[in-house]
Amino acid sequence: MRAVCWTGRHQVEVRDVPDPVIIDGRDAIVRVTSTAICGSDLHMYDGYIPSMRAGDILGHEFMGEVVEVGNEVKNLRPGDRVVVPFAIACGDCAPCRRSEFSLCENTNPSTRALAGLNGFTSAGLFGYSHLYGGYAGGQAEYVRVPYADVGPHVVPGGLRDEQVLFLTDIFPTGYMAAENCAIKPGDVVAIWGAGPVGLFAALSASMLGAERTIVIDRVPERLRMAREHCHAETINFDETEDVVEALKEMTGGRGPDGVIDAVGMEAHPSGLSGLYDKAKQTVRMQTDRPTALRQAIQACSPGGVVSIPGVYAGFIDSMPLGAAFAKGLTFRMGQTHVHRYVGPLMREIEAGNVDPGFLVTHRLPLASAPDAYRTFRDKQDGCIKVVLDPAA
Amino acid sequence: MALEIREPDGRRRVQRTVTVLRSPSDCYSAWRDFARLPSFMDSLESVTVDPTSGRSHWKVKAPAGQSVEWDAEVVEDVPGSFLSWRSLPGADPANSGEVVIREAPGGRGTEVTIALSYEPPLGEVGRIAAKLLGEEPAMQLDEDIVRFKEMMETGRIPTTAGQPNGRNRPSVAKRGAA
Repeated sequence: MRAVCWTGRHQVEVRDVPDPVIIDGRDAIVRVTSTAICGSDLHMYDGYIPSMRAGDILGHEFMGEVVEVGNEVKNLRPGDRVVVPFAIACGDCAPCRRSEFSLCENTNPSTRALAGLNGFTSAGLFGYSHLYGGYAGGQAEYVRVPYADVGPHVVPGGLRDEQVLFLTDIFPTGYMAAENCAIKPGDVVAIWGAGPVGLFAALSASMLGAERTIVIDRVPERLRMAREHCHAETINFDETEDVVEALKEMTGGRGPDGVIDAVGMEAHPSGLSGLYDKAKQTVRMQTDRPTALRQAIQACSPGGVVSIPGVYAGFIDSMPLGAAFAKGLTFRMGQTHVHRYVGPLMREIEAGNVDPGFLVTHRLPLASAPDAYRTFRDKQDGCIKVVLDPAA
Repeated sequence: MALEIREPDGRRRVQRTVTVLRSPSDCYSAWRDFARLPSFMDSLESVTVDPTSGRSHWKVKAPAGQSVEWDAEVVEDVPGSFLSWRSLPGADPANSGEVVIREAPGGRGTEVTIALSYEPPLGEVGRIAAKLLGEEPAMQLDEDIVRFKEMMETGRIPTTAGQPNGRNRPSVAKRGAA
């Protein structure tokens, strides 16, 4: 089969690889009908996620048709059309029982590496480095889905791939980020980053009853999408002297009640602190560039919540912890417990209350992945979300 | 990381605790049935138990031609809470182990502490055995105890062995963008 392989920093190749087979009784094999490139794939593309090996198959946003199931999988049958959460969960451990699926303790075969870095292990992820288990990803014609009795969710008939594909990661990720803000009537939620997660966070915040949402970015077409599809107001940080002050002015001097960092470790800042972070990250004195997070903490209303769906992988410095302490802020963060949200959000889509398909700007054959990664990374050609078709 | 202690007499002791979402009696049974230990203790090839004497025969994975084996006996056995064993005279390295099992608070399952001790090896075979048991016994125990938990909670150990990858595989020519 053909698969998108990471071959080095800023290099992906479509390679001819063996088809996956059932390895364990709880496995399923899925023929992939649609797979997307995620902003977090760019962290590997840019070389910021350690433990990648040349030839690793990428991709954690994928859906398709079940073609084979292991003898312990009773909830799926060949022919079922499924979406598959990006985190691999066993369903049996204490975190899984608490519905904290991305903290699963039993699905990561490389526990030692991650425990060495973070003190504890966490769930295996599809196509996301050997720290997260080294599982082959779904940017391929076929994919092996372990613990298939827990993850895959059958798609009701009548829904197109593009309507449900983003239930694998970014819609639940945006939704959980908004939910983490514990939105109360009258709340204003500000979101840094108008990428797919930021846009879904804005949409979700309004679904959860936020009075207003404000999205901060500098890419005009992304800000336009926030206004047109996500009921958000926008701030272009390239055209705004002081984002924190602008937010204060927009919120009666109170500041936003919830702030969401949907940017993560590779923020593109302006000014002196940006140069400082870029320099330190380049020489690996810090692994992550936390510009958006610093600004979000400064902007947040006293007593408010800082919600972090953006990916951080290592260490940051110069954090305004004093401001966070003085304002009594609450921090919520982490990988999304996707399994929790697939069913409820699928019902919203089925009822016609929301259609995540608005996000797709590029539909390409799998073979175009090398160009697609570059276009997406450079935000060229109005690229916001790429969906790859393995059959094309 | 497992606790590793080097005693003044050269004895090495490694210890590690894990919480398992199963009952104390399930966890105890898994250790008491020595024959099952190789399913999660990676360095063991087999453990066989003589039903009459209760003594066990331990065999360590070794390269072709080499054989590292010893016999062991149970020292103390308190069903559901404690189990200890030690190798019989003649084993090199002489070694012993104990498992402490107690209920975790608030329905969190069972806390299981495993401690393994090794005397300094006496001869060449002992040195080979010490090596096979792990240059880093603490790291070995860390991995074994993770496998124990995985086995107890899910009945399997997660693996990617046998999955495809693109190493040393040909690139596919681009068919053109849509």
